[in-house]
Amino acid sequence: MDTTADLLKTPLHSLHLELGARMAGFAGYDMPIQYKMGVMQEHLHTRANAGLFDVSHMGQILIRANSGNVRDAALALETITPVDVADLKPGRQRYGLFTNDKGGLEDDFMVANRGDHLYLVVNAACKHDDLARIEAALSDTCEIEAQFDRGLIALQGPAAEGVLSSYAPKAEDMLFMDVAELEIAGVPVVVSRSGYTGEDGYEISIPAEETDRIARLLLSDDHVAPIGLGARDSLRLEAGLCLYGNDIDETTTPVEANLKWAIQKVRRNGGARQGGFPGADVILSQFDNGASRLRVGLQPAGKAPVRAGAVLFAQETGGEAIGTVTSGGFGPSAGGPVAMGYVPAAMAAPGTSVFAEVRGKRLECAVAALPFVPSTYKR
Amino acid sequence: MLKFTEDHEWLKIEGDVATVGITEHAAEQLGDLVFVELPEVGAKLDKGGEASTVESVKAASDVYCPLAGEVTEVNQAIADDPSLVNSDPTGAGWFFKLKLDDAAAADDLMDEAAYKAMIG
Repeated sequence: MDTTADLLKTPLHSLHLELGARMAGFAGYDMPIQYKMGVMQEHLHTRANAGLFDVSHMGQILIRANSGNVRDAALALETITPVDVADLKPGRQRYGLFTNDKGGLEDDFMVANRGDHLYLVVNAACKHDDLARIEAALSDTCEIEAQFDRGLIALQGPAAEGVLSSYAPKAEDMLFMDVAELEIAGVPVVVSRSGYTGEDGYEISIPAEETDRIARLLLSDDHVAPIGLGARDSLRLEAGLCLYGNDIDETTTPVEANLKWAIQKVRRNGGARQGGFPGADVILSQFDNGASRLRVGLQPAGKAPVRAGAVLFAQETGGEAIGTVTSGGFGPSAGGPVAMGYVPAAMAAPGTSVFAEVRGKRLECAVAALPFVPSTYKR
Repeated sequence: MLKFTEDHEWLKIEGDVATVGITEHAAEQLGDLVFVELPEVGAKLDKGGEASTVESVKAASDVYCPLAGEVTEVNQAIADDPSLVNSDPTGAGWFFKLKLDDAAAADDLMDEAAYKAMIG
């Protein structure tokens, strides 16, 4: 366990303490798990209004091609990711994956074309490995700048557009996955219309020394409440989004994880830039032949939450384990327990019954379509 | 007679029957409860044994049996509506009644002043 003294602090650390947050170590940072409102109300507030999340622990990385042409940086990045980066238009962002030679996932991230450079946001726990991975593959042709001390705030929920537009009117014109440089109270910030809650909203990248001031400004709006990592987890679970380290890791492939949509046709067999990324043989073979297991939604039949680590069985008694729950808990908006996990491909059809072992009892769950709560992205 | 445990349970002892619940401090630390699993009526429980499970949005926690005895009644109302434990932990949010094997064993538990001193 991390001891508090060893933990890093984000630019909003003193604000969290001032707001009465319950803090805990997460990916090496002392982070707010919940504020006084509590996980349940924070979750519901985000879906009904607007929530402000400190995600400054995540890693922000800029990549500039030595040639000056952003397409060269994109093509270089494609040697370590299976997604189509080169066709990403200026001002647009998409979901990305880093793979290993076995086809497993080393991390998931967001990548934006900022016109003259690429802007990546990677997971906190993976950011140093990701930086090393990018440097190893790209440093001959690109300049790589880690901005690990920079602030990053997510503003999520139906009121997010109105709140941010009151400071930066152009935020209103952005669509889901648009990225632009805007100004809030005189501070230039990089804004993407995205997030990880299933709600419409924004992520706002801010110079470290201005992050506290901007966060307080946004929180001064009556619609906005501070939201901790507890509700962030239940929101993303209801939205059917993967948590790296739980739902996806170095042993799960993009096809198994049901992330085929993240690998565009141009990188698949028959595409103009097919393959050419770590584990391409394994992953592209699974595109053609299917994977033996798949990530699915799991809807417990009863009221008891089914959590990560619960072992799955095909029958209520006897038989071998068929899979594992990778995320699970109570979904405040779903109004009951929700979970995700891996099952054999033959049992992945929605409606299929499986049983999760919880405290010695096998609880019935139905394979369910994801997300549990419809997304409200502004497309 | 009201007694408390280090695991944040309270016991209201009348004769050889104890009504058991979790303290206000415990309910606040756990946050909004979404699921409660109660013991079976007739179950014989040891002191310190797992008696019940409570779950918040984030996590599951055990409620331990504060003294040895037999469960004579459970509060189905908190299984139907776990939020009762948060709104009234020492009243309507009680968990179960226990016929104590040895009522005198309760003397070793903390009184309210000692419990309050423990949680600070």
